Amino acid sequence: MQPTSRAFRANARAALDNKTLQQAMANLGFRQKRLEAISRLPEFEALRDQARDIKNHTLQHLDFYLEAYEAKLRESGGQVHWCRTPEEARQTILGICRSLGARTVTKGKTMIAEEIALNPFLEENGIAPIETDLGEYIIQLRNEPPSHIIAPAIHVTKEQVADSFLEKHAVYGKTRRLSEPREMLEEARGILRDKFLKADVGITGANFLIAETGSSIIVTNEGNGDLTQLLPRAHIVLATPEKLVPTLEDVSTILRLLARSATGQEFSVYTTVSTGPRRKEDPDGPEQYHVVILDNGRSAMLGTEFQDMLRCIRCSACMNHCPVYGAVGGHAYGWVYPGPMGAVLTPSLIGVDQAGTLPNASTFCGKCESVCPMRIPLPKMMRHWREREYEQHLSSTVSRLGLAAWAFLARRPSLYRFATGWAARVLGLLGRRHGNFANLPLAGGWTRFRDMPAPEGRTFHQAWAERAQRNQGR
Amino acid sequence: MSDARSDILAGIRRALKRGPVDGETRRALEARLQGHRPNLVPKRGQTAGRERIDAFVQMAEFSLATVTRVARAEQVPQAVADYLKSQNLPAELRMAPDPGLDAIPWANLPLLKIARGKPEPGDEVGLTGVFAGIAETGTLMLLSGPRSPSTLNFLPETHIAVVRADRLVGSYEDGWSALRQKNAAMPRTVNFITGPSRSGDIEQTLQLGAHGPRRLHIIVVDDGTPPGER
Repeated sequence: MQPTSRAFRANARAALDNKTLQQAMANLGFRQKRLEAISRLPEFEALRDQARDIKNHTLQHLDFYLEAYEAKLRESGGQVHWCRTPEEARQTILGICRSLGARTVTKGKTMIAEEIALNPFLEENGIAPIETDLGEYIIQLRNEPPSHIIAPAIHVTKEQVADSFLEKHAVYGKTRRLSEPREMLEEARGILRDKFLKADVGITGANFLIAETGSSIIVTNEGNGDLTQLLPRAHIVLATPEKLVPTLEDVSTILRLLARSATGQEFSVYTTVSTGPRRKEDPDGPEQYHVVILDNGRSAMLGTEFQDMLRCIRCSACMNHCPVYGAVGGHAYGWVYPGPMGAVLTPSLIGVDQAGTLPNASTFCGKCESVCPMRIPLPKMMRHWREREYEQHLSSTVSRLGLAAWAFLARRPSLYRFATGWAARVLGLLGRRHGNFANLPLAGGWTRFRDMPAPEGRTFHQAWAERAQRNQGR
Repeated sequence: MSDARSDILAGIRRALKRGPVDGETRRALEARLQGHRPNLVPKRGQTAGRERIDAFVQMAEFSLATVTRVARAEQVPQAVADYLKSQNLPAELRMAPDPGLDAIPWANLPLLKIARGKPEPGDEVGLTGVFAGIAETGTLMLLSGPRSPSTLNFLPETHIAVVRADRLVGSYEDGWSALRQKNAAMPRTVNFITGPSRSGDIEQTLQLGAHGPRRLHIIVVDDGTPPGER
């Protein structure tokens, strides 16, 4: 997928003006459910600490755990394919599909497949990929990328789903326009059930890889990931190295955080642990089990200030709580991963020159870090990206001039106090009547969407000095 | 061109500024992998006795499964028939070829039409046993194998699971210990199932029965044997 992250400003503006999108985004309702779920588990905070430590430990010994995982997986009859780049991963997957003469491939939700643009590649090579997660299926019909990592069609209204179904389901003899989500689910379920039964290969991602047993784990609510891997002749897992966790006990700890942080469920409906192909006495299951381990920039993040990002378990709590994401939605971020985790990960994977605007699209309110189950210091890492962007002279002239002007004043305290004192007084006088500004010259970007509070006539320094004086007088 | 595997592993070692893990560290890591040491298990995963049964039932219902409790295995066929009737479902089902289920006197209820094996298209109701029930979240744990086809957990629209109370454990960790005791190796698939299939992908409105079963009904056979004492 061609990144448009550089155009974040324009993307965000368009998103704010898009009434349908704003209507859809109002449905983002995970926050309250998360709050209720964690309030039912008193050990939640302690589990976060342990989960962070487990992943840190794993990352420190990632080579050891990868080799241990590979050995176990081979023992169970599975095959491992190591890939450095998206191209290597695409070719590997195509090779497996071709060796089976595959025509159709069902897919469970995988963000890594988005990362390597797998669907268009398979189509070019005569293989039809079919997304089976309902949200992914909807956006595949609409021919657009996901806008959220666990609710990929969060930006779509039910009327738009009805339009897409009407247009694309006519070939199945479905010609009635639907109005209720229930009917839409039923129609998609019926069409996809047939696809499940006919697919030659099933591709899923992995939420975790387990070194102890050589297993992969997927977590879903629909059960699509299970039909995807159980019915076809081969199951291909597409994963990256940082999905590793040492033991089944370790993954149990992290699973206690995942669903609660994501959707506010106690546990996802289906947590599935897959180890190798079907055994000879098994009545069902895939005959082949392949795991594609794609690095694509992960190992280069180790040992840097961005290593902590490799703890991410893709729960989406950061974006669910982000005021910027909530306002502009996921597509504005211009690549696969949106929200705060995307603002940190995207520059690591496609370069700060392509995605440097994303770490700037944050108010640093800190909500993302406060809800991250893995305690990833997202704002700190966005700050690191801003520094790199500045060092590499990638930031805009306006922001560089602004920073230079601020630095000039900040290094001259008396001048700084003089200038800010006047500014506060003038703004205070101008805004006296309403207490805020509905529009303000030079701050139109702010006041276009909300009021700017007016200062009360004094700067923070002045107020602080007066307070100190008062306290002394006591 | 060097191979991808060595490149990736070398890249990781370079980034971590060290060579391959060996000596004392390696032994410690291997011991950690074999140690099966649980991390913090929440208090609600540490239930015992009757409290555990109640916790399991409560959490299963919270996940939108329905639960019936019976005192003896002989009552299971009637409980199944009653449930099917209450949902306006035909008295027909596909049952896992599980000796534990075969021991139930189905013949006492000849109206119930039972086929054994993996599901065929058109099967509306699947009936399975479970390897364990996990009280912490009301979760079922099923292992794939000759007596438990995994597709039976997903293809029929209704999933009925028969759970003996003595197969209830407190936590996921207890489930793993029980599995290690029973099997030397992992089965192909371990399914943890918590409630019926669902999706919120259209405007975040919860719909049951996305691709997996629309209904999950659990019959707990509670003959008074405390959980964990098989």
